[in-house]
Amino acid sequence: MLNIKVNGQPATLPPGALVVALVATMQLEGKRYAIERNGEIVPKSAVGSTPVEDGDQYEVVIAVGGG
Amino acid sequence: MSDKAVAAKDAPLLIAGREYSSRLLVGTGKYRDFDETRLAIEASGAEIVTVAIRRVNIGQDPSQPNLLEILPPSRFTILPNTAGCYSAKEAVRTLRLARELLDGHALVKLEVLADETTLFPNMPETLTAAKELVADGFQVMVYCADDPIQAKALEDIGCVAVMPLASLIGSGMGILNPWNLEIILDRVTVPVLVDAGIGTASDATVAMELGCDGVLMNTAIAKARNPVLMASAMKKAVESGREAFLAGRMPKKIYQASASSPREGRIGS
Repeated sequence: MLNIKVNGQPATLPPGALVVALVATMQLEGKRYAIERNGEIVPKSAVGSTPVEDGDQYEVVIAVGGG
Repeated sequence: MSDKAVAAKDAPLLIAGREYSSRLLVGTGKYRDFDETRLAIEASGAEIVTVAIRRVNIGQDPSQPNLLEILPPSRFTILPNTAGCYSAKEAVRTLRLARELLDGHALVKLEVLADETTLFPNMPETLTAAKELVADGFQVMVYCADDPIQAKALEDIGCVAVMPLASLIGSGMGILNPWNLEIILDRVTVPVLVDAGIGTASDATVAMELGCDGVLMNTAIAKARNPVLMASAMKKAVESGREAFLAGRMPKKIYQASASSPREGRIGS
């Protein structure tokens, strides 16, 4: 398994997973979100082709109420 | 055309080349629920609404609506903010995520805070972040101190609007230093919007009477007893203040009473 961190929390994905698998796990498909992988933004156009690697750190964000 | 004929005609608010008919910008935080958010924002007539960028909670109920489903970017200009950022680095990182989230949208609200108690802006970090964001193609509306020198520096960097505080964020204390705002208005050519400190409708009116191009508020509406009614009041307050500014108020005269009725023709004279 790939051991990764998502928003500071430990998580696992099967070997060979792409970033889109993380999007699916978080049930964000079709919603507005943005993902950073190890400090670099993964554009939506690249989530289906970017591999997840062991030790990756992700930030997954959405828009919430704020002033 | 005479002044009378153009009485109700105002130029739209122009920010980064885009025209807005409403000069009231609103935040979307602190509401009881999305229903109240939507109703209040509709009542405010705002076209630009701010949002914050936050981590998705793992295990968050995915059936819950997303804020941007309630306030679709097709209808509102979404202004992502950097609330909660205390360094230029965090702020720039947050807005790059926001740009990705909003499909390349460049208009953003930069705020870099200095202190958790006052939420006062950290101006050195704000200037650093503004430079980096402008160089990266962002259109930056910037929360700043009511300091004319800093406001001018932000304009010189290329910010598309400067947004000095009227008083502390969420304090509802109103406009504590109208004189500084007047100096900023005098020196800065990009739109000047009061951001933070508005408590009630008259505060918003005063900001607009001073000549501000707009007002941004959140708590004054969201934490009113009746947020939807307050949103409606704020819409009118901003419009009234704007019209009064355009109309040009009469001069203040401490010691020169002037009756509005004719002195001549009084009975028995």
